[in-house]
Amino acid sequence: MTATLASALDAAYDKAAAGTRLSVEDAVLLLGQGDVLTLGSLANAARQRHNPGNVVTYIVDRNVNYTNVCVTYCSFCAFYRPPGHEEGYVQTFEQVAARLEELRAQDGRQVLLQGGHHPDLPIAWYEGMLRSIKARFPEINIHGFSPPEITHFAELWKLPMAEIVARFKAAGLRSIPGGGGEILVDRVRKIIAPMKATSDEWLAVMGEAHRQGLTSSATMMYGHVETLAERVAHLDRVRRQQDETKGFTAFICWSYQNPNTNLLRKVKDPAGAYDYLRTVAVARLFLDNVRHVQSSWVTQGPKIGQLALDFGCDDMGGTMMEENVVSAAGTTYQLPPDEMERTIREAGYEPRRRTTFYEVLPPVTVPGART
Amino acid sequence: MTPAAPPLPHVPADPARDLRRLRAPADLGDLAEKVVYAQRLSFDDGVRLYRHPDLLAVGRMADLVRERLHGDRVYYNINRHIEPTNVCATACAFCAFGRDAQDPAAYEMSHDDVYERAAACVAEGATEVHVVAGLHPQFDLEWYEEMLRGLKARFPALHLKCFTSVEIAYFCRLHKWSHATVLRRLMAAGLDSMPGGGAEIFAPEVRTQICDNKCDADEWLQVHRTAHALGLRSNCTMLYGHIERDEHRVDHVLRLRALQDETKGFQAFIPLAFHPANTRLSHLPGPSGRLDLRVLAVSRLLLDNVPHLKAYWIMLGEKTAQVGLSFGANDLDGTVVEEKIVHMAGAESPERLPVERLTFLIREAGKTPVERDTLYNVVTREQAPA
Repeated sequence: MTATLASALDAAYDKAAAGTRLSVEDAVLLLGQGDVLTLGSLANAARQRHNPGNVVTYIVDRNVNYTNVCVTYCSFCAFYRPPGHEEGYVQTFEQVAARLEELRAQDGRQVLLQGGHHPDLPIAWYEGMLRSIKARFPEINIHGFSPPEITHFAELWKLPMAEIVARFKAAGLRSIPGGGGEILVDRVRKIIAPMKATSDEWLAVMGEAHRQGLTSSATMMYGHVETLAERVAHLDRVRRQQDETKGFTAFICWSYQNPNTNLLRKVKDPAGAYDYLRTVAVARLFLDNVRHVQSSWVTQGPKIGQLALDFGCDDMGGTMMEENVVSAAGTTYQLPPDEMERTIREAGYEPRRRTTFYEVLPPVTVPGART
Repeated sequence: MTPAAPPLPHVPADPARDLRRLRAPADLGDLAEKVVYAQRLSFDDGVRLYRHPDLLAVGRMADLVRERLHGDRVYYNINRHIEPTNVCATACAFCAFGRDAQDPAAYEMSHDDVYERAAACVAEGATEVHVVAGLHPQFDLEWYEEMLRGLKARFPALHLKCFTSVEIAYFCRLHKWSHATVLRRLMAAGLDSMPGGGAEIFAPEVRTQICDNKCDADEWLQVHRTAHALGLRSNCTMLYGHIERDEHRVDHVLRLRALQDETKGFQAFIPLAFHPANTRLSHLPGPSGRLDLRVLAVSRLLLDNVPHLKAYWIMLGEKTAQVGLSFGANDLDGTVVEEKIVHMAGAESPERLPVERLTFLIREAGKTPVERDTLYNVVTREQAPA
């Protein structure tokens, strides 16, 4: 390492340690050249500034993927089926309710409601589903419809996006997952998801949702065709949006998962754990206006998912009784509540359940949890 | 013997800069100074390093030592494991590999089975076979001498790294010969070096609970002492993440350090993560990733006289092994092909990692991949192996 680089890095470390807002250039330098363990320690200090104390939260939730029929054909996705495909499905409200009964039995607090971009279902079907969930499961927050889905609905139903958000909110929606963020740089989106919402569209949905009082999370899927500078550009767009509308509760990033997808041909080497830890640490340092950073144990596995708590993460995300989208691409890590509690305790933290809105729930005794 | 003496850690020109880089919390300041000035750590220091909450600070100390020893080089090799039989009389509590001879899952390879596997890996560019097996009365010294001679005759360039101390001790009991006699005979038949398995945890209160029928710590060490005196290189290991405590791990590594002071014959230390599935200890959760990394780091710091530290991906998984390269490890082991011992205990890692994936993981960690042979000589190839 040259003396110039070393002193530039030291200056960036010092800025990060002081909690000064990092520039895009600082973040590119840290992501490209920073020492992973130094980044981790700096990120953990930042985590303590944002969330002081010894608690690591998680939420008992489940995914409901009400349909896998999709007309967006993203090259990295192994979950969707085109219309007319024999493996395509749409769940009835009763099938959805049966899944939520299982979630209620675990004292779950959130349903992550996401589906393919179905070409025919009308808005009334979605409003009906939201109302039926809200009526039967008032304690379960509906965290649903990522921005690409809402953009798709706006085109399909020829309605303004803001009206769809308002009607979904009236029917029971309270928060929006950050799915489909991928990389918020259109050069990249054109390659990996050409038919999905543009960066501007994605951010516009999030901004509108925030203005209407919904919260959301922000995500990043990296490790495919983007450059490090494009990863930082993504973080920068999230930070700017948050400065304006303040509705992002958390940031989550994960690496693109091989192998059952069309993008495979373009990505020879799926990113490793090293890259994940650097990326999550730099995100914690750069996103000084987003309070929580989640560990992605679903994609990284429980070991690295736990280790991410040393690299700036303060939340372990959801227990996800059922995960269909990432697992369709080959990753099948599971972490039921007892394992979740043990994993957090083993890292030296106190596990606490939370709501979608990061309200910390009273401590629970989890059956089977080893202490 | 190939001289591969460890380049001992030296005090750098600018120790103050190294100290700053460690960013050690105040209550690790004294240990950070010891590390920067290359002073030997004590038993108590080791226990403190295990218990300090700041895992990354401990990691940075180990990373400094790794860098002083090896720069940005990270080694891998192209090898194959051959496990001629899983029939084993020892019945260790932590093992899912060993079988009773009557068990339907028991297997026994012939010499030809072994040669066939060796031929396949030689064709793929392997420079080493790693042969270990259960303790089986029919797989005695003569059987293995013939195997070694057969392998050497067919594949003269292939390095034969075979038999843990435990197997050597078993041959000695079986034939009533001394360690030196058994080792000399095996060397005459073609044995090139020894792996480091069977060490488990030396402390008797742990050893009697997890592998009561296995040779004790003194005999394990004595076999390696003898092997080193005869000119063989070997590795050393520690099985962690079961019922042992911090003190047991520190004690284990310090016993290895003491022997290495005497003989200088250990090349690499390989911590082995316990895998509970299908063992009599399956009620235990197995080590966390944080413990995996802490064991690497503390071992690097304590074991100042063993040159190489391996993050054994077969046991750690690809992800933790890669991160281990920032916690003191400088070796990712080999491409392996067909591994039974850990996989029967539920390891989720693949049984082989292609060279391209190994080198990608090393590069992603900011290091330079270097292919080595068993004795850590650099291997240069005209063409990348298949």
